[in-house]
Amino acid sequence: MRLKERPKWQELLPGCVIDEPGNSVNYKTGDWKTLKPVVDKQKCIRCGTCWIFCPEYAYEEDEYGYFNPNYDYCKGCGICAVECPARCIRMEREEE
Amino acid sequence: MKRVGIEVSIAIAEAAALAEVEVVSAYPITPQTHIVEHLAELVANGELNAEFITVESEHTAMSAALGASLAGARAFTSTSSQGLALMNEIVYITSSMRAPVVMALANRSLSAPISIWNDHSDVMNERDTGWISIFANNGQEAYDLTFMAFKIGEHPNVLLPVMINFDGFILTHVIEPVWMFDKEEVKDFLPPYEHPYKLDVDRPTSHGPVGLPDIYTEAKKQQEEAIRNSRKIIDAVWDEFAERFGRRYRAVEEYYADDAEIVLLTQGSVTEAAQVVVDEMRKRGKKWGVVELRLWRPFPFEDLKKVLCNNNIKCVVVLDRAISFGGQLGIVMSEVRSALYHEKNKPMVVGVTAGLGGRDIRFDEYVKMYEIGEKCLKEEKEPDKVIIVGLRE
Repeated sequence: MRLKERPKWQELLPGCVIDEPGNSVNYKTGDWKTLKPVVDKQKCIRCGTCWIFCPEYAYEEDEYGYFNPNYDYCKGCGICAVECPARCIRMEREEE
Repeated sequence: MKRVGIEVSIAIAEAAALAEVEVVSAYPITPQTHIVEHLAELVANGELNAEFITVESEHTAMSAALGASLAGARAFTSTSSQGLALMNEIVYITSSMRAPVVMALANRSLSAPISIWNDHSDVMNERDTGWISIFANNGQEAYDLTFMAFKIGEHPNVLLPVMINFDGFILTHVIEPVWMFDKEEVKDFLPPYEHPYKLDVDRPTSHGPVGLPDIYTEAKKQQEEAIRNSRKIIDAVWDEFAERFGRRYRAVEEYYADDAEIVLLTQGSVTEAAQVVVDEMRKRGKKWGVVELRLWRPFPFEDLKKVLCNNNIKCVVVLDRAISFGGQLGIVMSEVRSALYHEKNKPMVVGVTAGLGGRDIRFDEYVKMYEIGEKCLKEEKEPDKVIIVGLRE
């Protein structure tokens, strides 16, 4: 069942069950962050450490083997920037 | 049906076995221990085809029962006092996640000081956790109500956990004559358990997700409606049971209430003791009666009004077996008083507390409770605090 944006109480399933697998992609948590990771591809060694450590699975591998953060889901925790062995990820303030 | 002399704890375990529970997840605690011991025995002997999960704490006992129930298994747990207190977090979650677990609660007082004996402080502490909560006042009722609890909770229009309360030691450790069913007799009474959104790899569901401020209010409203509406099913199940097996259960039970001037409002095993007192005192000309609040949640507002506001009853003395510190003291008393608040011909509501931490209530102390009611009627004044009967001071 696809929930409406702001459901009435009668429209919820018992116990707030979610019966649509994987629907968390519909909920974009990217606007929670104040800092965003920016990858310097000159220094990146394409090791994938950021992809492994990201608790939100927000890194996606591109066709050249680089890993790019998906800002729709990245919450800006900064774990990737700390773990990056090449020190190529910088946390920058989000500008509107 | 066969009438056997049996320890009430064993009868309750047999009621769970009769319902063919699939998962028993429980931790031993006095005075509940014999219940899970007997279930462990039935499983070990191959008499009950269930998974018995030996957990390391009550918190886990409740958690495992919740998970099992959502996975589609009929789940049962049992505890007392500190065990229930330790479960508290998951008790609230179980009703909120709509898992129809059945819990047999051998009522025992809460520490400190450490007391393994009976009162109702454990269940009152869990009053607002969203469980259907029912009191039994003897072994037969504990057996019947435990068995019926599965049918109530698992009903697709209910899907809520049910706790059956029975007094620790006073009932659990006493051998009583109990009419026990054969499996054949009740075969079609209890339908198989089907949770409409059970955990299933072929039809994946997520349970217990985050509810942001935008959804939490609606979730709680839905839960409140669910327990309020469960009343129809509770009545229907009890009615069907009465028609088929002859024993009737009501949300509010009366004993001489129709022509009594003063009634004592009770929960649990004190009900029958109070009835003995009423029998004796009626011989001495006292127009006294007993009203038992069997169904605690959902609270039976209408039934209670109908029984108590009948024009004859002038005073209801509410016997609380727990204390709300710094509040009205009497938890049941304050609920009864507020339930009657808008009624025109409501009786005076007087609160007494007794039988805390396993202290027996003697014949003369029951009489004292009624006499407190008489005194209040004479003085035309509801006391502003609960009177503790049997207190040394």
